Amino acid sequence: MKVREEQVLDRIERARAARPRLREDRVTLAHGAGGKATRTLVEAVFREAFGNPLLDRLDDSAVFPVDGAAGPALAFTTDASVVSPLFFPGGDIGDLAVNGTVNDLAVAGATPLHLSAAFILEEGFPVADLRRITASMRRAAGEAGVGIVAGDTKVVERGKADGCYITTSGVGVVESAPSGEVLPGDSVLVTGPIGEHGVTVMLARGDLGIEAGVASDTAPLNGLIADLRAACPGAVRRMRDATRGGVATVLNELAVDAGVAVALDEDAVPVGPAVRGACELLGLDPLYVACEGRAVIVVSGEAEAAALAALRAHPLGAGAAVIGRVEEEPPGLVLLKTSFGGTRVVDVLVGDPLPRIC
Amino acid sequence: MRHVDEYRDAAKARSLAASIAALCEPGRRYTFMEVCGGHTHTIYKHGIEDYLPEAVSLVHGPGCPVCVIPMGRVDDAIDIASRPDVIMTTFGDMMRVPGGRGSFLDAKAAGADIRMVYSPLDALGIAERNPSRRVVFMGIGFETTAPSTAMTVLRAASAGVANFSVFCNHVTILPAIKAILDSPDLRLDGFIGPGHVSAVIGCRPYGFITRDYGKPLVVAGFEPLDILQSIHMLLTQLAEGRCEVENQYGRVVPWDGNAKALQAINRTMEPRPYFEWRGLGFISHSALRMKDASFDAERLFDIPGSRVADPRSCQCGEVLKGVLKPYECKVFGTACTPETPIGTCMVSSEGACAAYYNFGRFTRERVKEATR
Repeated sequence: MKVREEQVLDRIERARAARPRLREDRVTLAHGAGGKATRTLVEAVFREAFGNPLLDRLDDSAVFPVDGAAGPALAFTTDASVVSPLFFPGGDIGDLAVNGTVNDLAVAGATPLHLSAAFILEEGFPVADLRRITASMRRAAGEAGVGIVAGDTKVVERGKADGCYITTSGVGVVESAPSGEVLPGDSVLVTGPIGEHGVTVMLARGDLGIEAGVASDTAPLNGLIADLRAACPGAVRRMRDATRGGVATVLNELAVDAGVAVALDEDAVPVGPAVRGACELLGLDPLYVACEGRAVIVVSGEAEAAALAALRAHPLGAGAAVIGRVEEEPPGLVLLKTSFGGTRVVDVLVGDPLPRIC
Repeated sequence: MRHVDEYRDAAKARSLAASIAALCEPGRRYTFMEVCGGHTHTIYKHGIEDYLPEAVSLVHGPGCPVCVIPMGRVDDAIDIASRPDVIMTTFGDMMRVPGGRGSFLDAKAAGADIRMVYSPLDALGIAERNPSRRVVFMGIGFETTAPSTAMTVLRAASAGVANFSVFCNHVTILPAIKAILDSPDLRLDGFIGPGHVSAVIGCRPYGFITRDYGKPLVVAGFEPLDILQSIHMLLTQLAEGRCEVENQYGRVVPWDGNAKALQAINRTMEPRPYFEWRGLGFISHSALRMKDASFDAERLFDIPGSRVADPRSCQCGEVLKGVLKPYECKVFGTACTPETPIGTCMVSSEGACAAYYNFGRFTRERVKEATR
């Protein structure tokens, strides 16, 4: 390799590993897209203001003991839902708000217990729509086995919100948290076909004039994950739900945090035909498209078969697949062996030109 | 997926790669330019360079429309967008392109009404729904996108939509290729010709490249096998001592182009005497403007006509001419990254620098080490 190219590549990897700097004077839509810009905002503003050992892990939930180190641990998380449109094939803002919080608890290894829900409503919002949303939340909470036990309501003037925003918080009890350790030789699994939520919401906006017959994957993952944990106790290293930024962003964060590489096999990544077609048309990569009912799970290599079998035995994991493996080198990078037989980098999403989707 | 999977067959790719290697004369090196940004994207996204022998290298051309927009035009567009009665509409790729005073994304955050659209017809729809506002569509792209802008203007005219106009930045590919061919520091053996542009203009206009400059050109599609096959066709021409325009993308590109699309362009737009290209400077008759002043945002809004020198550190021009590989630029990967683009080549996913940074910077040698 040319020396110059080698030097540049090393410099880039050093720059990527460095703490990001916030350069903008104002918040832009890129700061909400779930990629590098979001991470930069979180690091430079929120973590700087609130930093503490629990928050600094930047996990889906904070997990902490409540009765001394030996006692049970609680997981605590919060989520804001601002999806547009509010109703889309396969779901709506209500079940999205509930499932998102349930999943953030579940991937932390917690059994979700209770949720709270705060509503910001725009003056003029139809009560019938609000009833439809709350009914959907009740159904989703019932499916996940949690109660919505506290809440708040605010109404803002017409034009100051997009109909309805929902913030949900949740607590759960942690029985066995994933070890958090990720080692070369571990297997990377995904619990089902990716990108369905993101594509559904984009198409539901009607701007694109594409009919694809695709529905959101929004679903509570706590039951699926409980089955997985029971089938291979101690083998689950790490779990994340692949929301904004998609599977690619989750794996990049994992690779950087754990100082490992992830080698993906494009042929093994499950993508439904409608999502694949829409992504081809729109020039999107399904790896970056948001899911709301899919988790990325790292298990020890030995437990791969048992984990896959346990996931596939559950209705929400029927399309689960092993999509790659953890490698030692080069640390911090996600590589994809393409269907075409080449290899490329799968980097973090930078800032996307897509409609907001969750 | 039909019409896609058959062009991504790894077994066929291996067989083509073997034929490509066999066509290379020992000791000779071959350099081909892919003119179109879409090709650059495909090359990196699918890892096509992994299939090429050391003797064949690809350089990236000026065919990414976002990459060739000079900073002054972005500033002018933001000037229009910042007026209170204006709704500016644009494609997503334009949102992050830096002007001298920030990007559309920054202007939007500061209060300008800038909306992303997927087609100029969407912009016309916004104009129809907002009769009290003036809706401007930022027209950008080569002959590929110019017809849809032209058709939209024709529709606006026939529907009598008076609050719609175009800030026209459409450029034409042939003068840019000629500028590259005239560049004294260029060493090329042939061109992978732009597929989408050629679907509109056809293959015939490339004749001057073979005739006057002695370089073969193969119009190529956008699937990975299309590109490998085009490289094979170029090498075959060189091996046989031929120099011709050939059409690999016959399933989409008619030899004489699309008369209806060309007619729409000619009815609504005319060549500008000259236009500034990012990194390439002023090129005569290389861009289009609106014929009808009532649809021309440039004349309706009395734009400042900003001129902003490219940042001294930025070497987009050399990258666009294929003189430098992206990683050879002074600021690549440090000051200039996809999140902090200095040059436009780092903005669009079709830009050579962004494609190399996002997909390709893990080179063949490192791949072999990592996946051994």
